[in-house]
Amino acid sequence: MNPGFGHLDALESESVHIFREVAGEFERPVILFSGGKDSVVMLHLALKAFAPAPTPFPLLHVDTGHNFPEVIEYRDRAVAKHGLRLHVASVQDYIDRGVLRERADGTRNPLQTLPLTEKIQSEKFDAVFGGGRRDEEKARAKERVFSLRDEFSQWDPRRQRPELWNLYNGRHAPGEHVRVFPLSNWTELDVWQYIAREGIELPSIYFAHHREVFARGGMWLTAGDWGGPRSAETVEKRQVRYRTVGDMSCTGAVDSDADTVEKVIAEIAASRLTERGATRADDKLSEAAMEDRKREGYF
Amino acid sequence: MSTTIDTTIDTLRFATAGSVDDGKSTLVGRLLHDSKSVLADQLEAVEHASRNRGQDTPDLALLTDGLRAEREQGITIDVAYRYFATPRRRFILADTPGHVQYTRNMVTGASTADLAIVLVDARKGVVEQTRRHAAVAALLRVPHVVLAVNKMDLVGYEQAPFERIVEDFAAHAAESGLPGFTPIPVSALVGDNVVARSTAMGWYEGPALLEFLEEVPVGAEAPDAPVRFPVQYVIRDGEVRYYAGQLASGVLHVGDQVTVHPSGETSQIAGIDVLGTARESARAPQSISLRLADQRDVSRGDMITAGVDVPALTREVRAAVCHLAERPLRVGDRVLVRHTTRTVKAVVEDLGGAPALSVNDLGHITLRTADPLLLDPYAASRRTGAFIVIDPADGATLTAGMVEP
Repeated sequence: MNPGFGHLDALESESVHIFREVAGEFERPVILFSGGKDSVVMLHLALKAFAPAPTPFPLLHVDTGHNFPEVIEYRDRAVAKHGLRLHVASVQDYIDRGVLRERADGTRNPLQTLPLTEKIQSEKFDAVFGGGRRDEEKARAKERVFSLRDEFSQWDPRRQRPELWNLYNGRHAPGEHVRVFPLSNWTELDVWQYIAREGIELPSIYFAHHREVFARGGMWLTAGDWGGPRSAETVEKRQVRYRTVGDMSCTGAVDSDADTVEKVIAEIAASRLTERGATRADDKLSEAAMEDRKREGYF
Repeated sequence: MSTTIDTTIDTLRFATAGSVDDGKSTLVGRLLHDSKSVLADQLEAVEHASRNRGQDTPDLALLTDGLRAEREQGITIDVAYRYFATPRRRFILADTPGHVQYTRNMVTGASTADLAIVLVDARKGVVEQTRRHAAVAALLRVPHVVLAVNKMDLVGYEQAPFERIVEDFAAHAAESGLPGFTPIPVSALVGDNVVARSTAMGWYEGPALLEFLEEVPVGAEAPDAPVRFPVQYVIRDGEVRYYAGQLASGVLHVGDQVTVHPSGETSQIAGIDVLGTARESARAPQSISLRLADQRDVSRGDMITAGVDVPALTREVRAAVCHLAERPLRVGDRVLVRHTTRTVKAVVEDLGGAPALSVNDLGHITLRTADPLLLDPYAASRRTGAFIVIDPADGATLTAGMVEP
């Protein structure tokens, strides 16, 4: 490898190549933006890829209605700072209209798929950037960088194209779209090291803070009007941080005193749990939980 | 692991290839497990699944278990990517399944690999698939090949069967045009020579597999590699135009005389921008953007070069191919050819004398393209010598091509 061109440079260069390919080949791309660290890094790369011009991509946020306020505040600040266009697909809207029904367990993650799919269809987005990484989970390990979806956003493993060299094939029929994963080859540690190197700002909940939480399913969940705690669950104040950011009802915090990026990197390097294993109730539903949601059009 | 960012640590991309039941999943599981890349919740899931299947010890092969869709539909998705790191290096493993579509799978995995591990069962020796794997590694020009002779525990850790297999493989390697390979005797099940050197094979003096993976040199480009810059996108900032792309090979400096292809117009590099920072030079595989000293008509699909070594501008493409799709490719088919950032229409003129190519076939192709391509031999560049053939009807990727001189 070239001197001075380390592994973060190689990952960055590869991701920028992917963003530029999409800009060159598609009519209406959009970046899925949750305010989570992976989508924040995606936005950072998308800005660098087209500097000094503005990034040509708008953002799309699938709003579960159970958001951390710190994350929504971060999202709005990022949009204003970079002069971006923001689309929102609202799960609450679908529930209010009676199209979607609240689940018994109160989690809204599985409910995101329909609003996302309909927004992609109504806005005619043909390329949708997602922050998924192959190191996250075994269904994601087999994901392409360019992943073809039908008009229902479904992922059909049999229709996935062989992906060779860096020749990405984005051809699709009208109504179909391509999910694009520019962070495919990044690991959780790479993402954090890159955040540190680039001095990227994140929503504050990624760092240790004191918060009222209660235990459910082996995780610390935040108390709130989304449906917790139940009567047998007791709230206590703990020093925690989040390793992932999702719907409040199924994203758990971990006990942590890591209040800086450097301490977070040290914590992750020493961790014996994967980020999803530690913090995502939705992936514990079954052995193939992510695979099932992916097929239905989830991120 | 160190928490400071070590910019000198590099990445090895490697692919594994094996036939059914030669222990590839166990080997991959062992590499991940013994390099401490398996975290507690993953191991717990494997232990749980192993108990469900009536096994006392965790079956490491389950770490790379397929998706439910694959089991239910009897299909395999060609490549699963796995990530691990040691203090020496980061690894991206393209784990290619050894069943039905093994040639296609390995071609896909090998296309970006710096190294391929070809796995052989010590009891069975070199089989048809092994010969295929050697041929694919040679065809795709994977820089390094490891012959991992597995299940050495089942042949009493003896040197003789190992040496026989190495000799047999060497003959096929030479026939395929594989420049060389590194044989390592291992037992994935027990862990011999996977991460740590085995004490059971005193006659073997080479490195354990992981040691070799950590030390093998990668990625160094020849200092005189020709400049190839396929233009991806034109960034417009007011009146200024930046030509954005990833340097496919070579080194560019501000002030270099360059030629834009296919127009043949020349200019000078007025500025190099590496993701927001002005630089005096850039080197493959950096993603950069360029400013030229003169107004030139440059767009996506063009290529900028410097120096006297320029690619061939041609409408006739001769290449070695691997056919990847279930539907056959026939002489006379109208297709699309995707090469670097350029996509052109083409017609299949010849398939090495054959009427058609079926899935997994290795062969030769002659294509006549509607517009010219800027081709280097694949032997000179894996970036500018490679292309894919696409079905214009539904966009399916049909065939992988490697340009012949």
